[in-house]
Amino acid sequence: MNQTVKPEDLQPVDDYGPLYAAHKKVYPQSVSGTFRRIKWGLMGFCLGVYYFLPFVRWNRGLGAPDQAVLIDFPNHRFYFFFIELWPQEVYYFTGLLIIAAIGLFLMNAIGGRIWCGYLCPQTVWTDLFYAVERLIEGDRRERMKKDASSDPMKLERISELVLKHSIWLMIAWWTGGAWVLYFSDAPTLVKDLVTFQGPMLAYIWIAILTATTYTLAGFMREQVCVYMCPWPRIQAALTDEWALNVTYRYDRGESRMSVKKAAELRALGQPAGDCIDCKQCVAVCPTGIDIRDGAQMDCIQCGLCIDACDTVMTKIGRPTRLIGYDNDINIHRRQEGKPPVYKLVRARTVAYAAIIAVVGGAMVYKLATRSLLEVNVLHDRNPVAIKLSDGSIRNAYTVRVLNKHGFDRVIAIDIEGPANATVHVVGADSVTPDRPMIVVGRDQTEELRLLVTAPEENNPEKSIPVKFHVTDIGLGVVAAATDNFVSP
Amino acid sequence: MADHTEVDSVSGTATTGHAWDGIKELNTPLPRWWVITFYITIIWAIGYWIVYPAWPTISSNTKGLFGYSSRADVAVELANLEKIRGAKMAALATASLADIEKDPQMLALARAKGKTVFGDNCAACHGTGAAGAKGFPNLNDDDWLWGGSLEQIQQTLLYGVRSGHPKTREGQMLAFGKDGVLKPAEIVTVANYVRELAGLPTRQGYDAKAGAKIFAENCVACHGDNAKGNPEVGAPNLTDKIWLYGSDEATLIETITNGRAGVMPAWEGRLDPTTIKAMAVYVHSLGGGK
Repeated sequence: MNQTVKPEDLQPVDDYGPLYAAHKKVYPQSVSGTFRRIKWGLMGFCLGVYYFLPFVRWNRGLGAPDQAVLIDFPNHRFYFFFIELWPQEVYYFTGLLIIAAIGLFLMNAIGGRIWCGYLCPQTVWTDLFYAVERLIEGDRRERMKKDASSDPMKLERISELVLKHSIWLMIAWWTGGAWVLYFSDAPTLVKDLVTFQGPMLAYIWIAILTATTYTLAGFMREQVCVYMCPWPRIQAALTDEWALNVTYRYDRGESRMSVKKAAELRALGQPAGDCIDCKQCVAVCPTGIDIRDGAQMDCIQCGLCIDACDTVMTKIGRPTRLIGYDNDINIHRRQEGKPPVYKLVRARTVAYAAIIAVVGGAMVYKLATRSLLEVNVLHDRNPVAIKLSDGSIRNAYTVRVLNKHGFDRVIAIDIEGPANATVHVVGADSVTPDRPMIVVGRDQTEELRLLVTAPEENNPEKSIPVKFHVTDIGLGVVAAATDNFVSP
Repeated sequence: MADHTEVDSVSGTATTGHAWDGIKELNTPLPRWWVITFYITIIWAIGYWIVYPAWPTISSNTKGLFGYSSRADVAVELANLEKIRGAKMAALATASLADIEKDPQMLALARAKGKTVFGDNCAACHGTGAAGAKGFPNLNDDDWLWGGSLEQIQQTLLYGVRSGHPKTREGQMLAFGKDGVLKPAEIVTVANYVRELAGLPTRQGYDAKAGAKIFAENCVACHGDNAKGNPEVGAPNLTDKIWLYGSDEATLIETITNGRAGVMPAWEGRLDPTTIKAMAVYVHSLGGGK
């Protein structure tokens, strides 16, 4: 029914409701089970990698940094174990970002918000902060009681709070501390930092990350996921009906009733719901929602409600996984008496996997065939060609030789193309006049001004292709680049 | 307060009381911290107005309490840059021209500096790529009026050519026609003789012997017996393929009749000695230097 309200019929509103919603603090209860164990494991792994990776050493030879993972801004290098990247190879990161994005989509197509529930830094650090809170202040009920208590601050309570915030700040400080270690030699920087000789920039970054970690994991928590993060919105648009999400199986759970009543109904051979409305799923939820309301944006799908519900179901002697990874299709199938179907291989997942494979394959190929000697040539544009006093023609080029090896190399430059041409490199020793040899320092770029001179009568064409061969005298490796030799 | 709050039966959310085409607006207020943050940003922005230059006034703008100016920032940055460059520039100042060209680092520095300074000061006449123009020498080739060694280029840069500087390079292509030294017919003859020296075709029936005689009497003093020129007086080589003003008969007649006296300014005093050194290396490294 389409009812239109005319503007003149609109009544003035005298109460718009509150302008803002007060923050409802969430008090997640402790829980144990499969998903809790997975989460502990992943937390340990992620934090372990983050905090200790900068200390892993990797031998790259004398004079080169021996840190396995290092972002060396002053020298414009990125080191990752056996890989060393130069700024112009930043496209590898584009590849990584594509893989990361598609990986996120693939996770979503398979198991919903796996990233949000288990791997996202916001989740991992919040989980850690909750663990500290629980250890010091007690579980859900105690924390709620303590926060609600109108008693004036007792010494015991104050000391609890001081202890909690101190530990939080310490974790936050270490988070910032580990961050800066990725940008400098870790052991040296640690030594400098503790003796207050570290660079100011490092202290500033530690302070920034301490503040963000402390605020985001200690106070903002689920607000980050609900109000700040774009992924829940994107995720909702990317999901499909086959994706497995943490789902309340209402076909089995409804209607809710007490254990006793359900037993009575079952004794009479009548259907009875398994959900006893104990609200354990709500109590353990880190975002404070009720999973039984269905899939919702606030749900990070961490699986803790599955553990909570399984514990209760085991206690009352009913099958577990009243809440589990499932989708609406299967709920409807069960309601129709059909067996559930799980479709992991479908167009969407295959396409995502294929993109990851193609991009990943291209990157591996590019890395494997990456040359450690490169040459780029840039023809002088103004003037493009010079006529010399004897009538011969000269073209000038800027030749850039990149030595990505960890040692100095002697290279020779030969050209191929114009007839009877001579080559000269400005500033190079003229020991070998027609075959300039230059030393290119290890891990460096050498920019040379190269002059090619050829008699006009031997080169009547307006433009002749010229090939520059750069040969490593020691290793015999050759790199080449092409350009043109033109007449005025 | 909320005396008539209506709750939507489907979502369970309160409505604002607004309705458009029968659709009611749900009230989903923002969290308090969000609203507070929003207000803080407004206050922060007002703070900006006060401490930074912000508001235009009739002839200027408000300066702000911090006294910030992006121009002052640039001055500081430039001073820092000079400090960073200091050591390398000092090395450039003391090294000999030949040493600069042999050291890859100093060569790169001199070339980079030279290129910039060239663009600012020399490109107006010589062109951005130093390819020159009629009357303004091409600095990329190997034909030099006043010599193409590092030192000779440096001297030309320092004192100029016919620049009025006490140490300027001085030399004159005389106006043989205008001053009545040679008659027009003689000028045509000697112009053709010069073309013959350069291997260029000559006018039919011109008197080569007479041309040689005129040349020997008037030109060899500067251009030399073999017409190869003399860098001491800036006399060009007349036998090569490079011509500053042109090699056709008409241009040669014009040159011999009216003379030539192009000017290159002296840069001593206008650019510091280190910069001129860098310039000399840059020009030399363009490729034509000897």
